[in-house]
Amino acid sequence: MASINKHTKVPFNGTAEQAERLDKALEGFKKMPGGLMPALQKAQEIYGYLPIEVQTKVAEALNLSLEEVFGVSTFYSQFTLNPSGKYKIGVCLGTACYVKGAGDLVDKVKEVLKIEAGECTADGKFSLVETRCIGCCGLAPVITVNEDVYGKLTSNQIPGIIKKY
Amino acid sequence: MYKSTILVCGGTGCHSNKSDLIFDKFQEQIKKHGIEDDVLVVMTGCFGLCATGPVVIVYPEGAFYNGMTVDDVIEVVEEHLIKGRIVQRLLHEDAKSKKIIKALSDTEFYQKQTRVALRNCGVINPEDIDEYIGKDGYQALIKVLTEMKPEEVIEIVKASGLRGRGGGGFPTGLKWQFTYNAPGNDKVVCCNADEGDPGAFMDRSILEGDPHAVIEAMAIAAYAIDARKGYIYVRAEYPIAVSRLGIAIKQAKEYGLLGKNILNTGFDFDLEIRLGAGAFVCGEETALMASIEGRRGEPRPRPPFPATKGLFGKPTLLNNVETYANIPQIILNGPEWFGSMGTETSKGTKVFALGGKIVNTGLVEIPMGTPLREIVENIGGGIPNGKKFKAAQTGGPSGGCIPASLLDVPIDYENLAKIGSIVGSGGLIIMDEDNCMVDIAKFFLDFTKDESCGKCTPCRIGTKRLLEYLEKITKGNATMQDLDEMEALCYYIKDNSLCGLGQTAPNPVLSTLKYFRDEYIEHVQNKRCPAGVCKDLLHYVITDKCTGCTLCARKCPVNAITGTVKEKHVIDQDKCIKCGVCFDSCRFSAIEKQ
Repeated sequence: MASINKHTKVPFNGTAEQAERLDKALEGFKKMPGGLMPALQKAQEIYGYLPIEVQTKVAEALNLSLEEVFGVSTFYSQFTLNPSGKYKIGVCLGTACYVKGAGDLVDKVKEVLKIEAGECTADGKFSLVETRCIGCCGLAPVITVNEDVYGKLTSNQIPGIIKKY
Repeated sequence: MYKSTILVCGGTGCHSNKSDLIFDKFQEQIKKHGIEDDVLVVMTGCFGLCATGPVVIVYPEGAFYNGMTVDDVIEVVEEHLIKGRIVQRLLHEDAKSKKIIKALSDTEFYQKQTRVALRNCGVINPEDIDEYIGKDGYQALIKVLTEMKPEEVIEIVKASGLRGRGGGGFPTGLKWQFTYNAPGNDKVVCCNADEGDPGAFMDRSILEGDPHAVIEAMAIAAYAIDARKGYIYVRAEYPIAVSRLGIAIKQAKEYGLLGKNILNTGFDFDLEIRLGAGAFVCGEETALMASIEGRRGEPRPRPPFPATKGLFGKPTLLNNVETYANIPQIILNGPEWFGSMGTETSKGTKVFALGGKIVNTGLVEIPMGTPLREIVENIGGGIPNGKKFKAAQTGGPSGGCIPASLLDVPIDYENLAKIGSIVGSGGLIIMDEDNCMVDIAKFFLDFTKDESCGKCTPCRIGTKRLLEYLEKITKGNATMQDLDEMEALCYYIKDNSLCGLGQTAPNPVLSTLKYFRDEYIEHVQNKRCPAGVCKDLLHYVITDKCTGCTLCARKCPVNAITGTVKEKHVIDQDKCIKCGVCFDSCRFSAIEKQ
């Protein structure tokens, strides 16, 4: 479930260009049966997260109540109501990774960055998510930093990886 | 005609190891040497042997190169392609015999497999419809549309004995029959590609390696039940699969194999991809449909079943990816061929995603009825690092653990159910003596507790309470009465939950209680974790191997280690926070977990 960050509230600062892209995208979803999910996915692609301002816009365009939209955006774990860091660290907690020590990797990242899962460092640089199986179990245990994948890790390699960014 | 063909694995495992850069490098090098008219480079789907990735095969020799790097490409091009000498050092080494093996098809991993659903994975370019057509692709659709009545198609699927590969094991032909029988002429075909079990990745590999097989099967299903519209619901976590599916649908439309008036037969079928957004419960059929409708993915009671009232209220046929992947082969080769594989009640083959403590992690497809021992010891190449097999976990969070004493049980739906597990979608995680079974049960409950949608109380509250019992045990605070209460709670959750998620959530606990009760009791009575996993019960102890190098004492973040140089050090258990730094940093293996 998407969680609401209790520690920080980053003010909404969407641009006119983003608003225009969203308006254009929403046109296509108005008539689509079950268009809310793709609409929210598109909105998150544009803004990087789903602040209440954006959800309100989606609700108005699709003629839904904000409650319905909020119900969906908080139900699915891939929708996030908080901005994420410049570098998004994902630690895979799928079975194969867990069996091979992914729990230690998460603990190490938390220790180094001093944040919990779902949080972003104060400088906005790193955020941490615990992910479900990302499917490359042959490389277990695995972490991702944005698009980069690091496999077959031990916890003492974590500080070195973070330092690269 | 090309003299050589290079297949580069583009499955997610190899792709994360930069196989796309290897692909680019091959093209660059081939151009540099001016041999682009002689050599074809193809990016394929998953070969299956993910543990040795990134992998590349060079034909006609069939040389199977493992663990390739971008730099190795130069050597393969110059030595193999130009001078005709196979690069021995990159060939596969068999995990058991330690022999160097040239071809993928010669490895024990492959020889024991029967590939039906995976037949094209790692063989064809999934982004080129002509390659699929070259492998008899869309022949089954043509046969069905031009020679068969819908009823005949359904009869063949029924006769084949194919059962749902997503976990339920419901007879596929019956599902088709029910949807066919449902009144109304606006029906829908759906594909469940929301593969959520941690550790399972067979559906992803099929979509990445052979997307047209699923598209063809869905068109066949649509013809059989009289549907005009189809949806594929894919996890958003599978970007490569989504992209290849999109390309495949576009190509099929261009070839007139999807869309209006398919092959001039008057049959219309349109297919759309919908993305999930990270909710495990959406693998449940009614939740999946709610999600496509744009709502919270919460299941609802059945009946009405989707066959009569499904997506947008219309009769809906919903099958899983692997189930569909079998259909074109069944149509072309006949139900008898399919029925000749497998056991009496479970026909055909099943794909398993082999992972955990096993040498050959990857995808294996075997006839139903193959003993687990065959998969673990021969195909899987055994347990690494000389450790002992402890248990195999099948069916993910809905399944159970199978102990060593039951390794010879032939795997099929009935047999696994009998021993308290399920075939499930096909995740197969191997565990060795270093894995704590209470901890594994806790891991799965932590998963199901998070993923419970919250609609029904037995699952929402029950999984949370169950997890609390497990935490109590792993912290050493539980009593024997807690064990009994926990077991009773398991049955309560099973009997009272609304959907499959809750009904199966206690399985990991029940099966480990059944086969590894001693381990639970050890945690409860002796406050000890025999596998040395549960942190709160763990003690790090320095043995006589200690040389007094002082490294651990300097590394310890809480200064819990004392001792003089060149003498054995001691850990103060009251100060120790069990972080494991000393254990990881000791160069003499002098620190033990107890």
